[in-house]
Amino acid sequence: MNITEKILARASGKSKVSPGDVVFVNVDKVMIHDVSGPGVIAVFEKLKKKGMKIDKLWDPERVWVAEDHFVPAADKISAQNIVSLTNFTKQFGIKRHFKYGMGQYGICHTLSHEEAMVLPGEVYVGGDSHTNTTGALGAFAAGLGHTDVAYVLLNGKIWFKVPETLFFKLNGKLPDHVMAKDLILKIIGDIGNDGAAYKTMQFGGTGISEMSVEGRLTLTNMTTEAGAKSGIVEPDQKLRDYLAAKGAIKYDEVHGDADAQYEKIYEYEGSEIEPTVAKPFSPENISVARDLSSIELDKAYIGSCTGAKLEDLRAAAKILKGRTVKIRTEVLPAAISIFRKAMEEGLLKIFLDAGVVVGPPTCGACCGAHMGVLAKDEICISTTNRNFPGRMGHIESQTYLASPLVAAASAITGKITDPRDLK
Amino acid sequence: MKPFEKIKSIATPLDKVNVDTDQIVPKQFLKLIQRTGFGQYLFYDWRYEREGVQRKDFILNDPAYKNSKILLARDNFGCGSSREHAVWALDDYGFKVIISTSFADIFYNNCFKNGILPIRVSDDILQKLFSTKSEIEVNLEKQTIKIDNIPISFNIEPHWKKILLEGLDDIAMTLQHEEQITKYERSHKI
Repeated sequence: MNITEKILARASGKSKVSPGDVVFVNVDKVMIHDVSGPGVIAVFEKLKKKGMKIDKLWDPERVWVAEDHFVPAADKISAQNIVSLTNFTKQFGIKRHFKYGMGQYGICHTLSHEEAMVLPGEVYVGGDSHTNTTGALGAFAAGLGHTDVAYVLLNGKIWFKVPETLFFKLNGKLPDHVMAKDLILKIIGDIGNDGAAYKTMQFGGTGISEMSVEGRLTLTNMTTEAGAKSGIVEPDQKLRDYLAAKGAIKYDEVHGDADAQYEKIYEYEGSEIEPTVAKPFSPENISVARDLSSIELDKAYIGSCTGAKLEDLRAAAKILKGRTVKIRTEVLPAAISIFRKAMEEGLLKIFLDAGVVVGPPTCGACCGAHMGVLAKDEICISTTNRNFPGRMGHIESQTYLASPLVAAASAITGKITDPRDLK
Repeated sequence: MKPFEKIKSIATPLDKVNVDTDQIVPKQFLKLIQRTGFGQYLFYDWRYEREGVQRKDFILNDPAYKNSKILLARDNFGCGSSREHAVWALDDYGFKVIISTSFADIFYNNCFKNGILPIRVSDDILQKLFSTKSEIEVNLEKQTIKIDNIPISFNIEPHWKKILLEGLDDIAMTLQHEEQITKYERSHKI
């Protein structure tokens, strides 16, 4: 069995599972945020109206809550939703609620690794499609709809059909100026928006061993854009060190067997990956950055669970240091812990000196909700994960997806720029 | 939830690929906490030029499709955000069946939780459906789509079929039936 099959077998109390089997698995952790939380509350209300008694959750200790999509409160309704979410966590005794304005908070997927909320070998589900991100910690991590999350909150388990696994093998390190984002965009371009539909995308090979945990998180994050059920990387010493630095040392790792089966193996040579950009209006619509150097931009956005981890901010700062931006540029660290480290390392000063505005952690403009959305016909280069029509604002605005290096280089020139070409 | 019955209706042809859940229900409506009434926001940016003013060239605004219960769409329908509001909106608007060549996974699962039948068909069959102007009959029990009285069969996972036919949307019911579902699935692999 491969790692995903072994995790699902263990969580369902079976000695062996195969792709296509339906298994009821015990869930280790579940997450809701300020969109899926109110959605779950609505499902609970419907069930109560039907006469179901809901006075406790299966295990409040295993539930955690993020405020990320509409914070700072975008308007009266989103402010009210935060109140509802707070009442919900109080009512059911959920202690891990990361509240905006009270110390650590941030984008849910970022908190999952910053706070080591999920550990290797666990089954983790969340009310958000990018829950896949957390699979880089060697866990089975998948997004669910509101009804399914409500079910898990009450029963602590959920059924899955064991997915087939596609294995992406990266041979050798990525070159300078190339990041995990470029690799995952290239992969999505190759297999398409639904190329991994109901499958697991597993990443391995020497290039992945060399890659930082944050880089791996970028890969698993965007498995969602290829339609994947989950993304995963096997635990190694790099992951153990990463988690130990956050105080997490006790967990039960799972590794694939030597004869693990994969539906298909894709090989990539690290040295051949180039700075890559996804053009509007789909993540699969890729091009090398150099071929897009005539595209004039209105804005650069460095934010989100995909592109505002500490390593992403360091990459942007490397480019922005001593330079001035030509278009409006925003940096929104994905969690307060990252914001703080960026401050301590002097990155925030580099951003401000370059003319960039630094904002609080939020999903905000990534999903076009608030905090800097695009006007009609505006063109943005963004370190985020989706560029469907209207994703970041007006239905006739355009988003190009890129790495933090490409986004920062483009912010300097005002056009899409390969960081290798920046003078 | 009511058991799923035969549906006979004209089908609305939405000729687009990669329709993501943000097109189905734009983000500004996610803040609404009630579970009902999302139909008015379905495909909002495509349906309306501005509040109250419909776009004439959008298929849902064509009076011919006013009471349609079947939606046709191209590849990868329901991709993007996991928001269940997308399914709530389709249901509230009146769609009970969605036919496409492929669906995004979370969206596909969400459909069954809300009594909507998503059907995967081949390119050829979808093309045939897009070309017809007559009513289509969907029979889940028999797993057929009938155009001009000619039945075309479709596949569906057995546990999903059972859940829809018996109207088992409810969480408690699902729990009660979990053992049967597992057994049923095991013996009816497709």
